[in-house]
Amino acid sequence: METVKKIQEGDVRTASRLIRRIEDGVLEARSTIKKLFPLTGNAHIVGITGPPGAGKSTLVDGIVTQLRQKQKKVGVLAVDPTSPFTGGAILGDRVRMQKHAEDEGVFVRSLATRCALGGLAKAVGDAIHIMDVMGKEVILVETVGTGQQEVDIINHSHTVLVVLIPGMGDEIQAIKAGIMEIADIFVINKADRDGGSKLYRELVSLLDMAPASAFASGWRPPIVKVENSFVPESFNNSVAELTQKIEEHHQHLLASELMVSRERRKAAVELSEAIRNTVYEPIMDKLITEGTIDAMVEELMAKTSDPYSLAERIAQRFLKS
Amino acid sequence: MYFVKEVLEQSSETRKKWEDEVKRAVAKQADQKPEAHWSTVSSLPIKRLYTPEDIKDLDFANDLSAPGQFPFTRGNQATGYRGKYWTFRMFSGMGSAKTTNERWHMLLREGQTGLSTAFDYPTLMGYDTDSPKARGECGKCGVAIDTLDDFLQLVDGIPMDQVTTSMTINPPATVLWAMYCAAAEIKGIPLSKIGGTIQNDMLKEFIAQKTFMCPPEPSVKLVSDTVEFGTKYVPRWNTISISGYHIREAGSTAAQELAFTLRDGMEYVEDVLRRKQMDVDEFAPRLSFFFNAHIDFFEEIAKFRAARRIWARAMRDRYKAKDPRSWWMRFHTQTAGCSLTAQQPYNNVIRTATEALSAVLGGTQSLHTNSLDEVLCLPSDHAVQIALRTQQIIAEETGVANTIDPLAGSYFVESLTNEMERQAWEYIHKIDEMGGMVAAIEKGYPQMEIADAAYKYQRQIDAGEKIMIGINKYLTTEEVPIPLVEIDDEVEKQQIASLASVRRRRDGKAVKSALDNLKNACKKGENVMPFCIEAVKNMASVQEICDIYREAYGEYRDPGLF
Amino acid sequence: MGNTETQGYSKEERVKMAKRTLRVMVAKPGLDGHDRGARVLARCFRDAGFEVIYTGCHQTPEQIAAAAVQEDVDLVGLSCLSGAHRYLFPAVVTALKERKAEDICVIGGGIIPEQDFKMLYDSGIKEIFTPGATLDGIVEWVRKNVMVRE
Repeated sequence: METVKKIQEGDVRTASRLIRRIEDGVLEARSTIKKLFPLTGNAHIVGITGPPGAGKSTLVDGIVTQLRQKQKKVGVLAVDPTSPFTGGAILGDRVRMQKHAEDEGVFVRSLATRCALGGLAKAVGDAIHIMDVMGKEVILVETVGTGQQEVDIINHSHTVLVVLIPGMGDEIQAIKAGIMEIADIFVINKADRDGGSKLYRELVSLLDMAPASAFASGWRPPIVKVENSFVPESFNNSVAELTQKIEEHHQHLLASELMVSRERRKAAVELSEAIRNTVYEPIMDKLITEGTIDAMVEELMAKTSDPYSLAERIAQRFLKS
Repeated sequence: MYFVKEVLEQSSETRKKWEDEVKRAVAKQADQKPEAHWSTVSSLPIKRLYTPEDIKDLDFANDLSAPGQFPFTRGNQATGYRGKYWTFRMFSGMGSAKTTNERWHMLLREGQTGLSTAFDYPTLMGYDTDSPKARGECGKCGVAIDTLDDFLQLVDGIPMDQVTTSMTINPPATVLWAMYCAAAEIKGIPLSKIGGTIQNDMLKEFIAQKTFMCPPEPSVKLVSDTVEFGTKYVPRWNTISISGYHIREAGSTAAQELAFTLRDGMEYVEDVLRRKQMDVDEFAPRLSFFFNAHIDFFEEIAKFRAARRIWARAMRDRYKAKDPRSWWMRFHTQTAGCSLTAQQPYNNVIRTATEALSAVLGGTQSLHTNSLDEVLCLPSDHAVQIALRTQQIIAEETGVANTIDPLAGSYFVESLTNEMERQAWEYIHKIDEMGGMVAAIEKGYPQMEIADAAYKYQRQIDAGEKIMIGINKYLTTEEVPIPLVEIDDEVEKQQIASLASVRRRRDGKAVKSALDNLKNACKKGENVMPFCIEAVKNMASVQEICDIYREAYGEYRDPGLF
Repeated sequence: MGNTETQGYSKEERVKMAKRTLRVMVAKPGLDGHDRGARVLARCFRDAGFEVIYTGCHQTPEQIAAAAVQEDVDLVGLSCLSGAHRYLFPAVVTALKERKAEDICVIGGGIIPEQDFKMLYDSGIKEIFTPGATLDGIVEWVRKNVMVRE
């Protein structure tokens, strides 16, 4: 109970240790999360995604500055990819937020994707809970890309920002291909660059073409242009506007049915992640360590069996129904 | 064609014979070392032999010509070093202004011909010694200057109308130069009589050295202000020393050093042309450069020769400069700090001597030779003297200064010079396509190129593919005692006390009004220099002025790219 | 999952990786911007399989300590070439202590004269690497001396 109390008091050391143990898959850490879970549900969770080089960290830094001016307590989770070759990672987003390091109202934590099967989304979900219980009022989750893993992470949030920059080529295609549905706010970062207005027009027409059902809740995703971060005045002004839109979306969620459905979405993701963690992963671990997987691969190589039959064999062994 | 047909035919014939012989020899004894070993320190592959065929396309008039003539590959001055040796300019600065002033007087007595100032980190970054960010840094790697009061002590007894002074200062360059101007005025020396250089090259700070304050765009604006002011009022001053030194120290290759430095130079030219409506020939003759002399002897010589040639071509053809002095690339050189080792430190004397020789053979105008102990601490008087003597021996004993550009016509050196030029233009065009250097920096392009090169080199050292004696070969365990210079932590306390005393003595109202005027000038986009001089005369501190810049232009922070 | 990054691994490797990973911070205290060594080292730590948090240049000791605690790193590697290490390195150790994080191992590198080693060790710096130290040597030291803390 000691740990829970410390986290409620906002103790960074305890919280960061717990996040670490969750990432590392330490089983005992789960029991703490069980105790924390009933205490969660107060923070506004904002997901920020977009292609590499879109300037997300600088943007997050700017949003944190704005939120701090409004005395909001902020948590940031910055996700960076693990190197597929070495298993290591350079978690570089924090560099752009270091000016907040000493501000006790801000807690920035970097997470590596760690190549874990879905484990990342689980760690992010739990880290959000931990920051939530710490009393962070807004939690910003930054993640690169638009793949399935990112969508899973994003599903933990209430408000989703999709960040784009001019001149990336097929960004609109990427949006059409899936992120469109999850964007609550579009950000055109570095909008003063060549192609900024073109990207804006493309986004507007894309939104115009969307079926009416897409905006059924009454929220049409706004497009916020953010100017070059090297020009402090215009950057700050546009990030202030963006922060305002984030807040408006939060109000919209609360005023409509939408918050409930977002919470439901989040709950479903968490449950499926937990099942993966507590059912699938341990079974796989066991199968690997006892050598079953290797043996089954040999069967497939020799064509003495097929993947479905082998999977059914495993299901018969582990699933009683 | 550089050679007559017969020579090329003979060359081809003899080369083939030679190749056969090499093949036989190699088959018998096998080459001892892997191919990677026979490349430059920048990993540029080098052939076993160079022949006339390697420079058959060299165009004598356009590529070589004579010293003092376009494209100046063979040097700017028709008279070479017979007219005047390069300037022996040792970089120095440590502790208080008084200590540095004493070192300067020592160097002038010992035959140094120009001064060069190292400032401490708070000064370099635009903070006062009493700032919380400055803790522990005062006087550590250069002299601490907070106000004009300190600066007057620094130049005490220095004949400012006779000795030229170089100041390695970047973000607060306007402030320190304003102090130099103000000090001259106080001594009754007109601005037209003082000469020297401020480094004032902000682009390479974003690229390599990371001493930055404001974002790139306004930083370049401040640089252009100094160019304009210098052209009008301080005509003997070099207002930018466009520096490759730090790019190289950060781990770049020779070609990257060359390319990024020259492209930086072009960026400044373009900015002044755009912002100040000046004619290129008005200011271009006062642009100067600063290169690194690294350990790879011939690669460096080729780099220096290529640098002059590229700049001349760029200034004449790209910027349409008409005055031949605008085509000149004048440069200072410093031997490579990163080539020195803490292990067996006396070996550093040999490294430095070789590097200095390459700078001289490459035709440098000015030279700093590192002291053997600089990888350990600030240089001692004795170590500085050896470094200075190294230059004097090269100049006066070795005979290398007898004739101009003695390596011209060497198949190898000319071929390598061509290769350097080719690689540099390739980078320059790439950066042009990105929209110029400021845009490239914002994308992180030069930073990443350098980081990759640095990592590759470190891996080569670790793997023993590149050799550093004392690091990965010929290691010894015995310790060679070297007397170390240390800056007493007391210096910081004294400096804080003297700054407090200046703040008490000065006219607070006058300071405020001078700073307000500077703030207005920033807002209106006027040239800051006259306001800056006024502010320092009223004893405004380095940080007080820099805070005005930070407020007006914003603060740049390390993006930490990987 | 559809993540391509996981596809290059065998299941065993993934299981192993999901286990405890060393987290290290590479930090540049003070005003010095010479980051060549720090950045090379950060890459090298990544290639050794560690998770590396890089702070960027121009950090105060307090910023570094606060970040180290928030990131729950096992090791902080400080790099300083300006000569201010005598103040900055011990100040990081102190700032960590103030945050009850004295169990985080702190090492240092840069231009550090041998005569300063003792005072740095006494202040709590665990090891000092000077120019000429090899990357592999540093990684080996870390593997031997730094554990994931329980």
